[in-house]
Amino acid sequence: MSDRHPLFLPVVFLGGLVFGVGLAVSEMAKPEVVLNFLQFEDFGLLLVMGGAAVTTGVIFAVAEAFGDSAPLTGQDYGRRLKSFDRNVLVGGTIFGVGWGLSGICPGAAYASLGIGNVAILWAIGGMFLGAYAQGYWRDSVRASGANAPEVADD
Amino acid sequence: MSGLAATLFPNGWVPYLLGGILVGLGTAVIYLFTGITAGASTFLESTLSYVSDLPRFNRPSYLASRDWRVVFTAGIVLGALGYTLTLGDGLWTTEVDSWRLLGGGILVGIGTRLGKGCTSGHGICGVGSRSPTSLVNVATFLLVAIGTAQLVAAVGVTP
Repeated sequence: MSDRHPLFLPVVFLGGLVFGVGLAVSEMAKPEVVLNFLQFEDFGLLLVMGGAAVTTGVIFAVAEAFGDSAPLTGQDYGRRLKSFDRNVLVGGTIFGVGWGLSGICPGAAYASLGIGNVAILWAIGGMFLGAYAQGYWRDSVRASGANAPEVADD
Repeated sequence: MSGLAATLFPNGWVPYLLGGILVGLGTAVIYLFTGITAGASTFLESTLSYVSDLPRFNRPSYLASRDWRVVFTAGIVLGALGYTLTLGDGLWTTEVDSWRLLGGGILVGIGTRLGKGCTSGHGICGVGSRSPTSLVNVATFLLVAIGTAQLVAAVGVTP
């Protein structure tokens, strides 16, 4: 986008770097660590997800209480709430089976590649396949039932 | 370390908490400067718009964000790489079977896009924002994942 602030992409990159360092430090980039948590052998993952959610929650809340809008985009601070529908439950269930089977989720998979885990390309390839399949399926459903209103999501 | 902490966290707890805080800070930096609550999984769909004509992947919101999502993902990969090569333990490879990674990855790809987010979009940004939709999604995938992992272990597949 030509009207973007010149620091927009650098800031996104910086945020990604910190995010990736965090996933490596926390070892969430290792499927074994996630599986150990899901099998109740090591509850460290609760600290990773809890630490991340609390940090984010506090900073989001402070920005919303004392800030006005984001300096690089002019976008107002405010809660971005996603709408609820049946897909949130169906998707969460399918995601849970996949996460429990493999021990890997999207962000952690990217970081896993970064720590040298080339085998994770199986999972990343699978994620693209899965994302493509659901997109193909949803477009087909929409095309065949044009009178059915599409539920808008993000 | 006390007995309880040693039971819950046999490998220590500091790296987990420190790493989690860093993950949160990465998300917060982007939010503070841009107002964007960045999740990791939209990248999967928005990147498909570079190679697919399907309307689902070519929605305006994806076309407008696909370039920075590539940059965000590159940052995640390089941040993890940089840490591993400097302060970390060096390059590492999983022993989880490739069929589990591929099969699980496919289900994660379907589920995260159908469910509007993943461990970062719902689990971090959504929970941090106390979003009811995200809390329900996270509770669902956590319970199902625990059940799945326990089942896989019970039938003797390791790791």
